[in-house]
Amino acid sequence: MALLDIKDLKVHFYGRSGLLSRKKKPFKAVDGISFCIEEGQTYGLVGESGSGKTTTGRAIIGLNPLTSGNITFNGRDLTMERRRGKITFDRNIGMIFQDPYSSLNPKKRVLDIVAEPLRNFERLSPKKELAKVQQLLAQVGISADSIYKYPHEFSGGQRQRIGIARAIALKPKLIIADEPVSALDLSVQAQVLNFMKDIQKELNLSYLFISHDLGIIKHMCDQIGIMYRGRYVEQGSSDELFSNPQHIYTKRLLSAIPVKEPAEREKRAREREAIAEEFQTSYHRYFDQEGLAYPLQHIAGTHYAAAQGTGGR
Amino acid sequence: MQNELLTIQHLTTSFKIEDHYYAAVDEVSLSVKPNEVVAIVGESGSGKSALAFSIMGLHARAKSEGSIAFEGYNLNSLGPNELNKLRGKHIGMIFQDPLSALNPLMTVGDQIQEALILHQPNMSKKERKRKVIELLNSVGILQPDVIASSYPHELSGGMRQRIVISIAIANEPKLLIADEPTTALDATIQLQILDLIRKLKDDIGAGIILITHDIGVVAEMADRVAVMYGGQIVEIADIHTLLSDPRHPYTRSLLRSIPSADTPKTKLYSIQGVVPSLKHLPRQGCRFRFRIPWIGESSHEENPQMHELSPGHFVRCTCYQNFWFPGEEDIQNGAS
Amino acid sequence: MGKTITRRFGIMVPQIILLSILVFLLAKQMPGDALTGLLDPSVDPAVIESQREKLGLNNPWHIQYWDWITKAIQGDFGQSFRFKMPVLDLIGERISNTVWLSLATLILTYLIAIPLGITSGRYNDTLSDRLITGYTYLGFAAPLFIFALLMLWLFGFKIGWFPTSGSVTPGLEPGTLAFVISKMYHLLLPATSMALITTVTTVQLLRSEIIDIKHRDFIHTARAKGASESRIYNRHILRNALLPIAAFFGYELTGLIGGTIFIESIFSYPGMGELFFSSILLRDFSVMITIILLYGIASILGALVSDLILGLIDPRIRIK
Repeated sequence: MALLDIKDLKVHFYGRSGLLSRKKKPFKAVDGISFCIEEGQTYGLVGESGSGKTTTGRAIIGLNPLTSGNITFNGRDLTMERRRGKITFDRNIGMIFQDPYSSLNPKKRVLDIVAEPLRNFERLSPKKELAKVQQLLAQVGISADSIYKYPHEFSGGQRQRIGIARAIALKPKLIIADEPVSALDLSVQAQVLNFMKDIQKELNLSYLFISHDLGIIKHMCDQIGIMYRGRYVEQGSSDELFSNPQHIYTKRLLSAIPVKEPAEREKRAREREAIAEEFQTSYHRYFDQEGLAYPLQHIAGTHYAAAQGTGGR
Repeated sequence: MQNELLTIQHLTTSFKIEDHYYAAVDEVSLSVKPNEVVAIVGESGSGKSALAFSIMGLHARAKSEGSIAFEGYNLNSLGPNELNKLRGKHIGMIFQDPLSALNPLMTVGDQIQEALILHQPNMSKKERKRKVIELLNSVGILQPDVIASSYPHELSGGMRQRIVISIAIANEPKLLIADEPTTALDATIQLQILDLIRKLKDDIGAGIILITHDIGVVAEMADRVAVMYGGQIVEIADIHTLLSDPRHPYTRSLLRSIPSADTPKTKLYSIQGVVPSLKHLPRQGCRFRFRIPWIGESSHEENPQMHELSPGHFVRCTCYQNFWFPGEEDIQNGAS
Repeated sequence: MGKTITRRFGIMVPQIILLSILVFLLAKQMPGDALTGLLDPSVDPAVIESQREKLGLNNPWHIQYWDWITKAIQGDFGQSFRFKMPVLDLIGERISNTVWLSLATLILTYLIAIPLGITSGRYNDTLSDRLITGYTYLGFAAPLFIFALLMLWLFGFKIGWFPTSGSVTPGLEPGTLAFVISKMYHLLLPATSMALITTVTTVQLLRSEIIDIKHRDFIHTARAKGASESRIYNRHILRNALLPIAAFFGYELTGLIGGTIFIESIFSYPGMGELFFSSILLRDFSVMITIILLYGIASILGALVSDLILGLIDPRIRIK
C-alpha cells in the first residue's frame, strides 16, 4: 500500500463574502487530482505559478482545508481532519519551505527553531532535547556549537539545512518540499539536493517535491505529475514523461528548457515553433471550453495523459 | 574590428561597511559591441548586479573608480544632469522583478510616457500616446490601449516585464542592460521574454549586457560570456568556447553543478564552502583558492592576472593549469 | 464608488445603534442620576421618588433607552441639568469652536509634518535629520497636557503674546472682520500646542516611508529613465509615501477628539471637549451621553473617510 494516497483532491477558495455582497464563484486552485507516493520514493509535482502545486502540498500538510477528496497517509484516513480546516499537523509529515530567509524566525536561536517540533510532540528533558538537536544538526552538517546562533548568521544553504533539520526532527516518513532550492545559488543548490538524497536513503524518507524546474525534477524524482490550472495534464515516471511526452502542455514545458549548447539554438527554435503551432491548431484536443485539462487517460505503464475522448467531468 | 560601444576599464566600485570601503566590483574591464550580447554570470555576491548598477550610476552611496567609456563620455565621471541625459535615452535597463520595478500608483502607459517626456520633450501629447501604443505593440502586447491605462498590479508577471522592457527601449537605446530579466518568471514566459529581447536587439541593433545566474539563459542568448567571482571577472570567452572548453576552476565547477534533464541521476557536483561575504572576501591571491583546497598553493599566482589562452579567451590565475575534480585525480595524473 | 459608499453607510447604522446602547448602559452604570444633583437635599425623599417615577427613571433600561433614542432621532437630546437648556442648543454653541480648533490643528499638523518628514527622509542620517528625529522623540516623550500648560504659561502669561482663555474677545459683533480675526487669534496657541505634539507620529511615519520607498526597485527604474532627483521625489516617492498618511487620517481625527478634551480644558476654550469634561464632573448625563455619541460617530466617519481617500489614491484598492 502506498504511503500517501490522494484521491480526487479538490481545494476551492471562495472569495470574501461581505455582509451585503453576493457570493462569488469559487476559485478552483486544485480541481480533482489523484496520485500516490510509495515509501522511500520521490514524487515530483511540476507546474507554473497558479497551477495549484503549492496548494496541493499545503492541503496535504493541513495548511489549506480540503473542499473534497480523500487523503490516506500511512494507513490512516486524514480526510476528515483536513476538511475541518483546523490545522492538525501530523508528526509523520515534515515540510521544507522555499525561502530559507523568511521560513526561519529571525528572533529565535537555532536550538529553539530545530527543537520546536520536538517541544510540540515530545516532552524531552532540556538535556535530552539539547542532545537531540545537536545530533540533528550534525546530521545536516551544521556544527554543534552553532545552536545558540541566530538565522542571520548563516548562509542561505546553511539556513535551508537548518530548515531540513527541523523537518526531520520527528523522524517523519514524508517530507513535502516546496521549491526547496529555487532561492539558492547554483552551487548551494547542488549541496542541498545531494543532501536531500543522502538523508532520504538514511531515513527511508519519501518526498513530495514541488518545483517548476524540470532539470531538478528529473534529477530528483521517480514519479512526476504535471499540473495546469488545478488539474493534471500528465502523470508518469520520469522516463515516460521526458522521453515520450503526450500532452501539448508537457511538450511546451519541455521545449522551454534552455538549450545546453549554443549550436542547438536554431534547432530548438524550430522545435519550439512547431510546438507553438500545434498548441494553436489542436488546442481543443487538449483543453476543454474553459481552457482546462480533460480527465486523464491511460497511455502505458504508469503513464497517463489528459486528452479528449471521455468528455468533461 | 568593429568599434566598441562600451568599454569598461579597471572599474572598482566599493561600499562602505563600518567605516571601511570594500570593493564589490574589483578592477573589472569589459567591452560590448553594438548588436552583441555579453552575459555576465555569477552567483549572489559575485558583483554582477553591482557592476550593472555601476554602469547605470544607480548606486547611492558607493565609491567608483576606473572608466566607463560610452559614446565619448566617461560615465563614471559625469555629473547627475549629464548622466540623466544618457540614461533612458542611450542606455536602457531591465530589472529582475517586474512588479517592484513599476510604480504601483501610476498607469503603465504614464510610466512609459515618462521616458518619452524626459528625452523627447518636443513630442506632442498625441504623438506620445501613439508612440506608447506602438511600443506596446512591439513588445507583443495585444490590446495596447487597454493595457496602457491599467496599473501594474492588474497585469501578469510576463506582461509587467514587457512593460519594463518597453520603458527601457522607448528611446531606442544603443545599450541595454538586463539584470536577471527572467528570474522571476515561469519557464514558458521566460522563453517569450528572451525571444522578445533577441528580436528587439536585432531591430534596434543595441548591445546587451545580460546579467544572470542561469547558465541555460546564457546558452540561449549570449555571444560572449564573462564569469564573475568575488567581484572579479575570472574567465571570459565567446559562448561556444566557454561552454565547450571552460578552463577556470570556478567555471568548470559551476557548469558541473547544474542538474539537467539530460544528465544521469548521479550525485551533483557541489562546490566546497560558501561564497564569502563582501567584508570577508580574501583580497590577496586567487579568490577561489579556499573553495578548492586540494589544489596546492603553488598552483595559484600570487597576484592573479588574466591569461589569454586563445583570441578572446581569458582566464584569471594559473590554477586552471593544475585543476582537477576530487575523485578524478587518477585521470589527471595519467594525463599529465 | 457610490455603491460602496452606500454600503459603508449601511454598515454604519448597526455600528451606531450598538454604540448608542453601549453609551447609554455605561452612563446608567455611573453612580447617581439626574435627580441626585438637581434637587435640594432637604426635599422629602418621597417627592424625589415620585419625580423619578414621572421622569421614567424607574423603568427597565430598554424602555428608558427606547424613550431616549426615539427622542434623539427627532433631535431632542434632553435638557442639560446644569445649563437648564436643551442639550442640542448647548452643543450647537460649542461644536463650531471645536470644529475650528480641530481643523486648525489638523492643518498645522500637516504643515509641520510634511516638510519635516520629507527633509528627514530624503536626507536621512544628516544633521537636519538628526535634529528632526530628536524633536520627534521629545514629542513622543512629552505628555500633551504638560506641554500645553507650559505653552500657556510661556506664551500666554509670561510673554503675553496670546490670550489665555475664551474663543473670542467679548463684545465683538459676529460676522465682522475683527470678530473673525479675534477667533483665529484665540485659536492659534491651543492649535499650535496640540499640533506640535500630535505631528510627531506623522513626521516619523513619513520619514520611514520615504526611506523605505527610495530604495525600492521602481525608483531605480525612474533613475534609469533619466529622471532628475526632484522629479523622482515629486512624481514617484511622495505619492507613495503619503499613502499611509492618508490611511492614518481617520485615526488622526480620533486622536484629535482626545486632544481637544485636554486642550480646551487647559486653555478654557469653550468647545465640546471642555463641555464634556465639565459635564462628567457634574454628572450632566444628557450632555455627556450626547457628546460621547457624537464622538463615536465622528470616529466611525473618520475611518470611512480614510478608506475612501485610500480608495481614491491607491489603484490597488480601487473601489468599484
